[in-house]
Amino acid sequence: MSEYTPDTIPQKRPLSMQLDPALFEPATASEKEQHDIMRESTTFFRDGMRKLFKNPLAVFSLVVLILLVVVILFAPLVVPYGYSQIVTVNGKRDRTAANMRPLTYSEKEQESIDAGQKVFPHIFGTDELGRDYFIRVIFGARVSLMVGVFASIIVLVIGLLYGSISGYAGGKLDIAMMRLVDIIYSLPDILMVILLSVVLGQVLGDSLQGTVFASLGNNMISMFIVFGLLYWVGMARLVRGQILQIKNNEYVLAARALGASSGRIIKKHILPNCISVIFISTALQVPSAIFTESFLSFIGLGVQAPMPSLGSLANLARSALQVYPYKMVFPALGICLIVLSFNLLGDGLRDAFDPKLRR
Amino acid sequence: MSEHLLEVKDLKQHFPIKMGLFKTRMLKAVDGVSFTIDKGETLGLVGESGCGKTTVGRSILRLYTPTTGTVRYNGELITDKNIQGFRKEIQAVFQDPYSSLNPRMTVGDIVGEPLDIHKLYATPAERKAKIDELLTLVGLNSDHSRRYAHEFSGGQRQRIGIARALAVTPKFIVCDEPVSALDVSIQAQIINTFDELQQKLGLAYLFIAHDLHVVHHMSKRIAVMYLGKIVETASADDIISWPVHPYTQSLISAIPIPDPKKARARRRIVLEGEVPSPLNMPQGCAFRTRCRYAVDKCAQETPKLEMLGEGVGHEAACWNPQG
Amino acid sequence: MSETILQVKNLHTSFPTDSGEVRAVNGINFNVNRGKVLGIVGESGSGKSVTAYSILRILDNPGRITEGEILFHGENVVDYDKTQLRAFRGAKVSIIFQDPMTSLNPVYTVENQLVEAIRLHTPRNPRQARERALEMLQLVGVNEPNKRLKQYPHQLSGGMRQRVMIAMALACEPDILIADEPTTALDVTIQAQILELMMELKNKLGMSIIMITHDLGVIAEMCDEIIVMYAGRVCERGTAEEIFYNPCHEYTKGLLHSIPKITVGKERLTPIAGSPIDLLNMPKGCAFASRCDKAMKVCLNTPPDEIRINNDHIASCWMNVKPVSGKTQEGESKQ
Repeated sequence: MSEYTPDTIPQKRPLSMQLDPALFEPATASEKEQHDIMRESTTFFRDGMRKLFKNPLAVFSLVVLILLVVVILFAPLVVPYGYSQIVTVNGKRDRTAANMRPLTYSEKEQESIDAGQKVFPHIFGTDELGRDYFIRVIFGARVSLMVGVFASIIVLVIGLLYGSISGYAGGKLDIAMMRLVDIIYSLPDILMVILLSVVLGQVLGDSLQGTVFASLGNNMISMFIVFGLLYWVGMARLVRGQILQIKNNEYVLAARALGASSGRIIKKHILPNCISVIFISTALQVPSAIFTESFLSFIGLGVQAPMPSLGSLANLARSALQVYPYKMVFPALGICLIVLSFNLLGDGLRDAFDPKLRR
Repeated sequence: MSEHLLEVKDLKQHFPIKMGLFKTRMLKAVDGVSFTIDKGETLGLVGESGCGKTTVGRSILRLYTPTTGTVRYNGELITDKNIQGFRKEIQAVFQDPYSSLNPRMTVGDIVGEPLDIHKLYATPAERKAKIDELLTLVGLNSDHSRRYAHEFSGGQRQRIGIARALAVTPKFIVCDEPVSALDVSIQAQIINTFDELQQKLGLAYLFIAHDLHVVHHMSKRIAVMYLGKIVETASADDIISWPVHPYTQSLISAIPIPDPKKARARRRIVLEGEVPSPLNMPQGCAFRTRCRYAVDKCAQETPKLEMLGEGVGHEAACWNPQG
Repeated sequence: MSETILQVKNLHTSFPTDSGEVRAVNGINFNVNRGKVLGIVGESGSGKSVTAYSILRILDNPGRITEGEILFHGENVVDYDKTQLRAFRGAKVSIIFQDPMTSLNPVYTVENQLVEAIRLHTPRNPRQARERALEMLQLVGVNEPNKRLKQYPHQLSGGMRQRVMIAMALACEPDILIADEPTTALDVTIQAQILELMMELKNKLGMSIIMITHDLGVIAEMCDEIIVMYAGRVCERGTAEEIFYNPCHEYTKGLLHSIPKITVGKERLTPIAGSPIDLLNMPKGCAFASRCDKAMKVCLNTPPDEIRINNDHIASCWMNVKPVSGKTQEGESKQ
């Protein structure tokens, strides 16, 4: 550390630079501007996505989910079997093709291969009725995913509406609405689902025949309805909490002072700021819904046969577990993979986007 | 006699606070405040935390409904006036530049919001032109409108807040501690901006702050508040040089002076004790528990704001004014 | 000249983050002398709090001291191991923070926290520690100390809480008290009380104080010596008189001109242009150059060395240097 006095600077110092008097000219404005660097612009979204992609587990699960969706969408185009189609050889039902191990052929199929015909391999084997198991698992995954996603959407919509009204209104309305939430929360959900399924099954009866919903079965519809009636409460509480927090921010007060209506404030100021939390919660809701559906199908209350779901496949595989373990393994693996991926992705999203966790 | 732009008479803002299952006490945040502000003038409102100055500002903005008392703007009671029209006349700039701007909106949208609410443009091009004009008016760049608030420093954010308030071309702005959260060197920039805008646009300000240096610089007149009441009102110079109320005197003597020799030479009045809770205010004058000049009358009767002499423009609420 | 008890030499502290390395402190030097008050003035981002935390080695996790020495009575604190640090913190050097509400534990009583601080560093049994706690509360001017001991932090006012903090910090009679913006969150009248208390205690206990603040008024009232920091560097260092009446760094001058002074008439303030610097993108050369209206080309290229103005005064500003080349002498005074 060198010291200078105001009057002199040593003329020549072998190890230091020469001070050029020209450098003591005033700097121009443009030189100063270049000196001042502004950081590049990022939005909250871009910043969060960057963080998300740095998280290896989240990226991995995202990749897995995308692959899964691709397979689910395109497998039926590749595999020439239907989910309720019993394997036939030369147009005739092949009774020996039941309960085949993965990637094996039945005797009759073997014969036709030797005769020169092409038979698409049974990647997961066949089930007890002689249906290709791979395609059944694929369709099962489809159903499970659809249920998971749609149920979460129902929960999101109802919970969002309810929670935002309750949170923004405050006062007595808020108290009343939250007491209703408390009551619903305390109902035992599985019991309710079973009860409702039975009741709805009788009520809906045959009225759904011929519609799109027929293939899903009454049980499935009642499950959607039950989700709509029961599971929104968690989301409502979450949304209300967020709104209460954000309501106290000064920019909401500023918006009021500007003359913004309540609707505008909720739409433009409050909701966009809690969207990330809601999104994360929805992402974590999907595996929970899938799990519930699998459980219900496992106990026999899920989709109607022949439409498979991962849970019902697991149920059917229960009895023959010791002899044909593969029949349980594939659907169980499917459930695990989907649930785990969504959970990891949801965690990753939370780490990346949750404002409370940011530095 | 010219009409005052803003006239506040005996404004009271009480909030009920639940003290137990059945007991409710009144928090008298503002307890009888009166003042006037003329066109193009700045009134400074000073006081420490809990004195009610922010509540006064918010009552004037109609963010709270006054418990009793009247506020007249241009002679008209503000509660009579249509609220959307009102919001175009009186606007606000808030304290915290970090929380008074929505982090999810671009600067352009933030400044343009009042234009959207009050439909102050016919075409999108007109909207953009107005936003650019506002940004330049407060000393920002028009191409900043695409950026987000968090990319700017505290001082720049405060400018964005000012631009937003100016979008409806108000005549009166309530400034609630607008520079308290800023660094010293940036405070000066923003204070200058306020000054320039006042001269250019003929704005009147209610300047609420706790820093007397800043308030003195900005205001023509100053009102000092303590526990919900105004204790003294005078011109800015008079408050500093001839404070008459004991609280004002101790407030001024407590302010650190950025000048070592003067600081050490100064005689300081240090107040004893703590500020009483506004839920439990002393009888009579609220300041008497800490006042060294308190007399018997102070405990019996609450002093009212009274003029000291004719035409001096100096009022104080004290039974035993000093000086 | 009183004895130097703390010497900070060429301290560098930085925080590695996702977006890059934040160089909070970039080579600062200063001394603390016995019984004197050193003021560290700077705005947000200047590195003043980080300096204090570096001295006590209480930096938040990714933060690290990357270079330099902190010599306390000759021993280098940077090299202290855990045991030495425990004996050092609280006992030799204490700190009080800005917001007493968040620095006092809300679930423990005042007595609990005071006694804990006392028993950590001195060999006293609980009864003796409680007596000492009472003593400390009386020392800091807390009224009804017996009652206060049983109370929780949220039951006390801001000023009272800060007094309790001071009592905790002084319980072991440290050599140095670091006060990190101790009165910024307090009302002006309470601030006056606390500052007066601190001066009283300084005289009574003969300790030194490092006062960190952005308030130039507080600095003028309290401090014997002052360092002005900007972007992690010391701009100027000197006695209070020298800094206020003979500022030699453009940043200091700018600061002094930009505060509204009650005594001067209502003239336009001269603010410092631009915004505080982004510590992630430190420019080469003087950190203040882009905001300085006297900036020269050399300021943009080379960070200034410490230039000695006189015995008590150092400024890191090229404006204080008159270059002498071989033939010509640029003799203009640049002050």
